[in-house]
Amino acid sequence: MSHSHTHGHPKGLVHHFDDLKQQNEAATLGMWGFLITEILFFGGLITAYIIFRGLYPEVFLHGSHMLDWKLGGLNTLVLLCSSLTMAFAVHASHEGKPKSAFNYLILTILFGSVFLVVKYFEYKAKVDHHLIPGSASFTFTEGGVDAGRAQIFFILYFAMTGVHALHMIVGIGIVAWIATKVRNNAFTKDYYSPVEMTGLYWHFVDIVWIFLYPLLYLIDLTKVGGGGHALLDTDTLMKLLG
Amino acid sequence: MPAEHYLNVKYGLKSWLLTKDHKRIAMLYLISVTVMFALGGLFAGLVRLELITPGGDFLSADAYNKAFSAHGIIMVFFFLIPAVPAIFGNFLIPIQIGAKDLAFPRINLLSWYLYIIGALLGISAILAGGVDTGWTFYPPYSSQYSQSHVLLAGLGAFIAGFSSILTGLNFVVTIHKMRAPGMTWFRLPLFVWAHYATSLIMLLGTPVVAITIVLLVVERLFGVGIFDPSIGGDPVLFQHLFWFYSHPAVYIMILPAMGVQSELVATFSRRRVFGYSFVAFSSLAIAIIGFVVWGHHMFVSGQSMYAGLVFSILTMLVAIPSAVKTFNWALTMYKGSISYETPMIYAIGFLGLFVIGGLTGLFLGAMGLDIHLHDTYFVVAHFHYIMVGGTVMGFMGGLHYYWPKMSGRMYPDGWGRLSAMIIFVGFNLTFFPQFIAGYLGMPRRYYMYDPDFHIWNIMSTAGATVLAIGYMMPLFYMAWSWKWGRPAGPNPWGAKGLEWTTQSPPTTFNFDETPIWNEEAYDYDPEEAEAEYEREFGTIN
Repeated sequence: MSHSHTHGHPKGLVHHFDDLKQQNEAATLGMWGFLITEILFFGGLITAYIIFRGLYPEVFLHGSHMLDWKLGGLNTLVLLCSSLTMAFAVHASHEGKPKSAFNYLILTILFGSVFLVVKYFEYKAKVDHHLIPGSASFTFTEGGVDAGRAQIFFILYFAMTGVHALHMIVGIGIVAWIATKVRNNAFTKDYYSPVEMTGLYWHFVDIVWIFLYPLLYLIDLTKVGGGGHALLDTDTLMKLLG
Repeated sequence: MPAEHYLNVKYGLKSWLLTKDHKRIAMLYLISVTVMFALGGLFAGLVRLELITPGGDFLSADAYNKAFSAHGIIMVFFFLIPAVPAIFGNFLIPIQIGAKDLAFPRINLLSWYLYIIGALLGISAILAGGVDTGWTFYPPYSSQYSQSHVLLAGLGAFIAGFSSILTGLNFVVTIHKMRAPGMTWFRLPLFVWAHYATSLIMLLGTPVVAITIVLLVVERLFGVGIFDPSIGGDPVLFQHLFWFYSHPAVYIMILPAMGVQSELVATFSRRRVFGYSFVAFSSLAIAIIGFVVWGHHMFVSGQSMYAGLVFSILTMLVAIPSAVKTFNWALTMYKGSISYETPMIYAIGFLGLFVIGGLTGLFLGAMGLDIHLHDTYFVVAHFHYIMVGGTVMGFMGGLHYYWPKMSGRMYPDGWGRLSAMIIFVGFNLTFFPQFIAGYLGMPRRYYMYDPDFHIWNIMSTAGATVLAIGYMMPLFYMAWSWKWGRPAGPNPWGAKGLEWTTQSPPTTFNFDETPIWNEEAYDYDPEEAEAEYEREFGTIN
């Protein structure tokens, strides 16, 4: 009943809205509201991170040595590219160019998939190095820190990046769904809010990673950049960390 | 009865289970929330039966732990949080602001399904053997020392949480974007303002408890310390994260009932709510200040004294907007043309009980006094004065006030008033003695107690029986009225507001065309009210 389009009804307008403007504004506000709940969701994880990094700074320092900052950096770059193509896709929809929008969405899916593949190899390396928290074979010897506490760093690493990766997987699914709709010319210049909303979600997931990367991978800046040109030496860092 | 309305457009189970109509979804919630209320009440009955004697005669210690945990989890997550917003908010907000539906009808239906999945998980946790952590899931009860079904119950609360987030999101967008022309912010019924404030808390608080439950589950699955101190975790972190949501959550439970209260007091006093904008902003103030008082649950949890001091002061602040509301309701009634139909009996009950519940909350918020009262029956009594004396009274008042709109028919008002008064008496008999027992030192959550407290517990259990009778009565006369009640007509109470201009029950899209609204909220005419009074009762001296 809500999909019956009578004459004079613009394409995409659902019955219970008065006009497309109202409908688009509602969708935008709804999406921002949802993203705020997402911020608080990740906020809980980051609170736990802050508490434990404050309690056990040396564990986080040595734990981060086991993460590959180069792969993490590569993934950061990949995600930034995906956000760029996503922005282009939204722009193309705004201009009323579905073919170009479709191509950009496919590129976004590709970049997103590259991120997940790299993430898979990172996770696999953790399995190979016996860094799966809670497993009997967990071993952590670096820096002489307590292995039990090292598990806390890794459980936070897996929880934070895992929840993020889950958002990526959902995001790729949504982009794929929207791409098929774009291909079927479901949107017009005046009605493309689903593409725009998908874009907002995608950028959000991207930004979460921008926070996770330094929090997890870049704790010890002496190791980053090849070691030759250390931004901070370990002693100063330890002082800063408390 | 009108020829066509939302109830008779389609028949059959499928037309209900796949409906996108906010009014039908509200009815789905009404049924499921009532079932959960009955279930939660059953466990309360077990607890009260055990406590009728000082010894552990009826339940074992373990079974008692599981009974009060089941009572708490069901009542908090599956009754109190969704009760008023998901039923009455869902049904009325679009009609009150002149919209055809909520902004996202499909998401609204999804919320109900998430609620049902959450509730089924909660019930299955109980059937599988129960949970013994209390509704707060504190570690190490929920981690190291737990042999019960914390995972299932936690998952249930997690999923029900998303139901509440989506409902809140829907309300915020609807109230912002779907108001009819002329329905400005300061013409909105205070019911809508209260739900707006509630929705903000649902959006900002619920995700935090969701991730907390995820971390609890991760800890249990992997055996790595996040909250469990014996393996390097931090139990106080759990309490901070939990109360960051769960304290504001008590405002999720009470604010919508306060919204109902404003409607009832205005309608049955035939006066505009005194200090309309103060009442509106006090809802927002409660939502905002409510987010910075969570530490008052943790005065004895190893939180620093200075943090406790700050939380104690902030807790006093949150009492101010609540007091503003209370005084304004009282002043609305002052010189009003008051009539005592069933909803008004509940509203008057709410006013008195909420004052007692609110003032005893200040006892607990005062850090020094809380050390004496913490974890005693005083806390239980305070909480129930707000949650049963406030929220459930608001829920029942709302049910009796809006039932004619929802069903199109009147219930017998005499029976309604009788059950409201039985509930009021039963409630006070149940919970007032708990203040005394708690102040004298009876701890909560024990299945045995010192025989000195016996008399207070006998009174409490007797009261609970009266209360149960009061709650069961509406089931019968409401069901009767569904079929045989006198047709209500659009506005049986002579109330002001857009919802009373539509037919009862309304059509699927509420209005044929988006209405234009030119009235202030609660635009009652004092002279008209006086004339009405004189017609009914003779000249006023």
